[in-house]
Amino acid sequence: MDQKEVLFDYILHLADNSMIIGQRNSEWCGHGPVLEQDIALTNIALDLIGEARSLYQYAAEIKGGNCTEDSLPFLRDIREFRNLLLVEQPNTDWAYTIVRQFFFDVFHYLVNKDILDNSNDLRLKEIAAKTIKESTYHLKWSSEWVIRLGDGTDISKLKMQTAVDDLWDFTGELFILSETEQKAMDLGFGADLKKAEQLWHEKVKEILNEACLTIPSTDFAQQGGKTGIHSEHFGYILAEMQFMQRAYPGLEW
Amino acid sequence: MEINLEEQFQAKIEQEIKIEPRDWMPEKYRKTLLRQISQHAHSEIVGMLPEGNWITRAPNLRRKVALLAKVQDEAGHGLYLYSAAETLGMSRDQMLEELHTGKAKYSSIFNYPTLTWADMGAIGWLVDGAAIMNQVPLCRTSYGPYARAMVRVCKEESFHQRQGYEIMLTLCKGSEAQKAMAQDALNRWWWPSIMMFGPNDDNSPNSAQSMKWKIKRFSNDELRQKFIDVTVSQTEILGLTIPDKDLKWNESRGHYDFGTINWEEFNNVVAGKGPCNKERLNARVKAWENGAWVRDAATAYAEKRANKKNNSTEAA
Amino acid sequence: MTNKEWPLWEVFIRAKQGLNHKHVGSLHAADQTMAIENARDVYTRRMEGVSIWVVESKYIHANEPSEQDALFDPANDKVYRHPTFYILPEELNHM
Repeated sequence: MDQKEVLFDYILHLADNSMIIGQRNSEWCGHGPVLEQDIALTNIALDLIGEARSLYQYAAEIKGGNCTEDSLPFLRDIREFRNLLLVEQPNTDWAYTIVRQFFFDVFHYLVNKDILDNSNDLRLKEIAAKTIKESTYHLKWSSEWVIRLGDGTDISKLKMQTAVDDLWDFTGELFILSETEQKAMDLGFGADLKKAEQLWHEKVKEILNEACLTIPSTDFAQQGGKTGIHSEHFGYILAEMQFMQRAYPGLEW
Repeated sequence: MEINLEEQFQAKIEQEIKIEPRDWMPEKYRKTLLRQISQHAHSEIVGMLPEGNWITRAPNLRRKVALLAKVQDEAGHGLYLYSAAETLGMSRDQMLEELHTGKAKYSSIFNYPTLTWADMGAIGWLVDGAAIMNQVPLCRTSYGPYARAMVRVCKEESFHQRQGYEIMLTLCKGSEAQKAMAQDALNRWWWPSIMMFGPNDDNSPNSAQSMKWKIKRFSNDELRQKFIDVTVSQTEILGLTIPDKDLKWNESRGHYDFGTINWEEFNNVVAGKGPCNKERLNARVKAWENGAWVRDAATAYAEKRANKKNNSTEAA
Repeated sequence: MTNKEWPLWEVFIRAKQGLNHKHVGSLHAADQTMAIENARDVYTRRMEGVSIWVVESKYIHANEPSEQDALFDPANDKVYRHPTFYILPEELNHM
C-alpha cells in the first residue's frame, strides 16, 4: 500500500464506523421509548451519518474516477467494509443500543481528539474538529443513560448488565490495530490507539462504576471487522441499505 | 352567570382575542379542541411509520439525512401538539392510552403502505401539501397554545413538501422505470390525499360549531378545492397525470371540477379496515410497551438522586 | 412497572446573546439534566438558541385570569407614563 492507499483505507475505517452505527440508530426512528428520546437518538444518527458523508467525500476525492460519497457506502460488498463489529450489532433493545453507543462514543471521541491534536492531515483534522463537538455531546448523553439505567430499577440494571456482558466481547477489537491503522499511525495522520486504549478503559470504568455495573473480567476479543470479516448481521444491513442502488443500478435519485 | 360567561367568551372570539389555558371556556370547546389537537398529535406520530419504513433504504446519503430529519420533525410536531393539548387538562400518557386502545383516531392516510421509494416523494408532495393547506389557517386558530404550536409546525414543515417534490422531480427526469414509479405513486396517493380534508361539508356535523369558535377557518370542501387547484399545475410540471378522468378546469367556477370521492373506502379505513391499520397501531403499542422499563428506570433514578440530595442538605 | 409519567417542563430559549430567554414550549423529562438535553434536541434543531432554561411546570405560578381587570386595567389611564404625553416645541427635535 502506498501512502495514498493507506489514507484512503484509513478514512474508510473512520467513515464506515459512523455510517453503520448511524444506520443502526436510524432504525429506532419512530420506535423510541418516549418521544423526546426518539428525537435525541435521531439527532445522533444525523450527526454520525453527516460525519460519514464528509469522510466519504474526502475518500472519494483521493480515489478519483467514479468514486463518490454514495458509491462507497452503497456499492461496496461486505468484505470491503472496515467498520468495527461493535457498530453492526443489532439494536436488540434500548439497553444494547445505549451500551453500544457508549462504548463507541468513548472510542469515537478519543480517536477524533487525537486526530485533531496530532494528525498531520489537515482535512482529517478539519473533519475531526467538527466531529469532536458532536461526539462530546453524544458521550455525555450515552454516559448519562448508562448511569440512569444501571442505577435505575432492578429490571433496568439486569438488562444493562446483560448488554454490557454481551457487547464487551466486541470492545477488544477497538484497539487491535489493523495493518492500515498501524501504517496510518506511523505516517502521522492516524490516531494513536495505544494511548486511546488506556483512556478508554479509564472512562468506561468510571461510568460503569457510577452506574453500579460490573466490568466483565474476560479479555477475549471478537475481531475481524477492520479487515472485512463481519458478523452475519452485516449482510442484512447492506441488503437493506443498498437495495435501491442494487435494484436500479446507475440512476439518480 | 353561565350564559353571561358564554357570551363573553364568544365576544372574545369575534374580536380575535386568543383564548388561553386558564381562561373560562365552554366545556364543549375544551373537548372539541382536546379531541382535535390530540388527533393531530397522534397523526404526526403514526405518520412517522410509513416514511420511517424507508429511512434505512434511502437511495443515497443526501436523501437519507433529509428523510431522517423529516421524520424526526414529525416527532417534534407530535410533541408540540401533545404539549398544547396538555394545557387543556389531559396528560400525554392519557392521550397515548386512548390512541393505543383505539379510542382516539389519527389521519387515515397513514394506513396506506409505502411500497416504493417514489412513495417518499408522493407523501412529501401530496400528503404534506394537503397537511399544510389544513395547517396554515390553524396558525390563527382561536386557542393560543394550539395556534403557537402550529406556527412552529408550519415553519418547520416548509422543507417537507419541497423535499417530496424534489424526489418526484428527480424521478420524472430519470429513466422510464423511475417515471413509471412516480406515476404509480401518484395513482395510489392521490385519492387518499384529497380524502385527508375529511367528509364533504354536508356530512361534517361538527364543522359549523368549530367555524363559529374559529377553531377552523375554512370548511373541508374549501380546503380540498384549494389543494386540487394548486396541485394540478405542479403535476403538469412533473409531466404526470392525476388519476381522475373528471378533472377539468371550470371557467365559470374558476376552479377545477373533480370526480366523486369513494367515501366508502374512506369510511372503511377510518373504521380500521385499511391496509395497514393493524400494523401501525401495533408498532406504536410495541414501542410504548418496550419503552416502559426505560421510562420507569429514569423515574426511579431521578427519585434516588433527589432523595440523596435532600438527605445531604439535611445533614449539612 | 410504576407507570409514572415523567414530569412536564417549560422551556425558555435565548435566541442570541443580548436577548431575553423566551418561552418556546414544553416537554417531558425525568430530571433536570435530561430536561435541558431534551430541550436542546427538541427546540434548537435549527439553531434557534444559544442558551436554555428549563423549569418544572409545577413551579410556575400565575395570576388568576379573573383578576385580569383589577390587575391590568388601572395602568390603562396613566398616559403620563408615556413620552408622547408631554408637549414640547417642534424646534426641539430629538428628546
